[in-house]
Amino acid sequence: MEQFLIDTFGDNILTYIIMPVPVLIFLSLFALGAVLAERKVSAYMQDRYGPNRVGKGILQTLADMIKLFQKEDITPAKADKLLYNLAPFIVFTATFMGYAVIPFCSLYIGADLNIGIFYFLAITSLSIVGILIAGWASNNKYSLFGAMRAVAQIISYEIPTALAILIVVMIAGTLSMQEIVELQGGGILNWFIFGGPGGATKYILLPFLFAAFMVLYISTLAETNRTPFDIPEAESELVAGFHTEYSGMKFAMFFFAEYGQMFAVSAIVATLFLGGWQSPFGELIPVLNTPVAQIIWFILKGCIFVFVQMWLRWTLPRLRVDQLMILCWKYLIPVSFINLFAVGLYIVL
Amino acid sequence: MRKYFKNIYLGFSTIWIGMMITLKHLLFYKNITIQYPEQRLQLPERERNRLYVNIDDCIGCDQCVRACPVNCIKIETIKAVPGDKVGKTGETSAGKKKALFVPKFTIDFAKCCYCELCVFPCPTVCIYMTDVFEFSEFQRNDLVYDFTDLTKEQAEEKRKKAEEWALEMQKKKEAAAKKPPEKKVPLKPETNDKNKSDESPDSKSDDKPSKDS
Ligand code: SF4
Ligand code: SF4
Repeated sequence: MEQFLIDTFGDNILTYIIMPVPVLIFLSLFALGAVLAERKVSAYMQDRYGPNRVGKGILQTLADMIKLFQKEDITPAKADKLLYNLAPFIVFTATFMGYAVIPFCSLYIGADLNIGIFYFLAITSLSIVGILIAGWASNNKYSLFGAMRAVAQIISYEIPTALAILIVVMIAGTLSMQEIVELQGGGILNWFIFGGPGGATKYILLPFLFAAFMVLYISTLAETNRTPFDIPEAESELVAGFHTEYSGMKFAMFFFAEYGQMFAVSAIVATLFLGGWQSPFGELIPVLNTPVAQIIWFILKGCIFVFVQMWLRWTLPRLRVDQLMILCWKYLIPVSFINLFAVGLYIVL
Repeated sequence: MRKYFKNIYLGFSTIWIGMMITLKHLLFYKNITIQYPEQRLQLPERERNRLYVNIDDCIGCDQCVRACPVNCIKIETIKAVPGDKVGKTGETSAGKKKALFVPKFTIDFAKCCYCELCVFPCPTVCIYMTDVFEFSEFQRNDLVYDFTDLTKEQAEEKRKKAEEWALEMQKKKEAAAKKPPEKKVPLKPETNDKNKSDESPDSKSDDKPSKDS
């Protein structure tokens, strides 16, 4: 894709402007769909109908978008104007930059960096800067509390995330996302959750990789600040956490970023453990391994994880701050270290 | 160490149980929301909603006004001139004679507390609760309902007639008062006697059958 654009437009800025546009379009559509899906899922889990008025409910998020565009854009009088207005864009930009290294199919990846996954970890952490700025600049107690909780939580959960990713990186021997996915080609049994490519001995690793998969899923869930890890936004305690004061389009930006993050982390989990855009049938059915089918596989895998995130959200209550920290430091991190040790031992032997 | 693994196990198993419950609701349970404007619950038998006044039966007795705890009913009445019919027939549906025009009968539903206290004292049962409960308005004044059947001009006409008649009666009275009072004095004891003699046998004869029955 990148090469194609360079060939047609030349190696100039236009190429690099066009490059992320498909992702942006996909992200907007995904956010529209996911907000609606979330409301429908939550409604049906509670035996309700959910939105069913605007175009039988399908156009509800579109209507909400139009409403948000029309809303007055309020900046609190005592807020730090510059930072306050900057924060939503930092959060969204950080989330969107993460998409640069997510491989949608064998032909499309924003930038196939040789440090892909490391870049992803680093750049999405930038969003906590935005969150902290938002909380601080709002000049509101709830916002500041929410922001502080968010930062504490995201930084703590960064560690198990990194450790779980490291396991895959150790087996794959590369940080490039596209290469990691290519390694998992050739059917479901070559996915990293089943040990990746290799002989029969790889199945010894199965429990460790499964544990790593769980750790990664739980900790990325915590990084997106969603229930049961939504203490930064805890409605019942903090009104809305760091975005309490935001309204209109700036609020929409945060919302957009949250849903963007939801898909980003799901995509990362899918890429690292479930073969990314690889079809589960490998080369058996070649039609299912064309680039178009690859995109569908990839989005499907991502959406399954997004659905599980919603499912968890409407099942579990919120954790307390201490429980959150206990889960991270006493359970996820030791488990990841054991995993790391076991996988390391396997690779050395 | 054992507790540690037990905790992990408990965590996963309880989350699994919870997730299965929500999944069951997601897939198999019926939605129970009532789709209100299209689908309505049956109202209870003695629901209290918007009042209605059947002005054809109203005799303008003011009972409901006095019963209302928030004073949201306002009535004006005009006496009917002899020979002038109130309403179409001059009678209520039960055949009672109507002696008063009701040019104004307003109920302010913004104030009404739907206590139903005005309904019970009405002697002709013409003020009652309906099953209409969707009558919101944009202006509070639009919630003042007027139930009268007279137009303003008609009301004005009736008022004038009543005033003229009242003046006439006053004149007659004055004229009667100017006449010598001797005639009136003997009349009084006569009528009193008559009443007494009439009443006593009547009431006795009335009482007896009722006791028997
Ligand atoms: S229902 Fe109660 S408040 Fe309403 S008009 Fe009748 S007496 Fe007044
Ligand atoms: S009590 Fe009944 S008859 Fe009397 S004024 Fe009220 S509505 Fe009319």
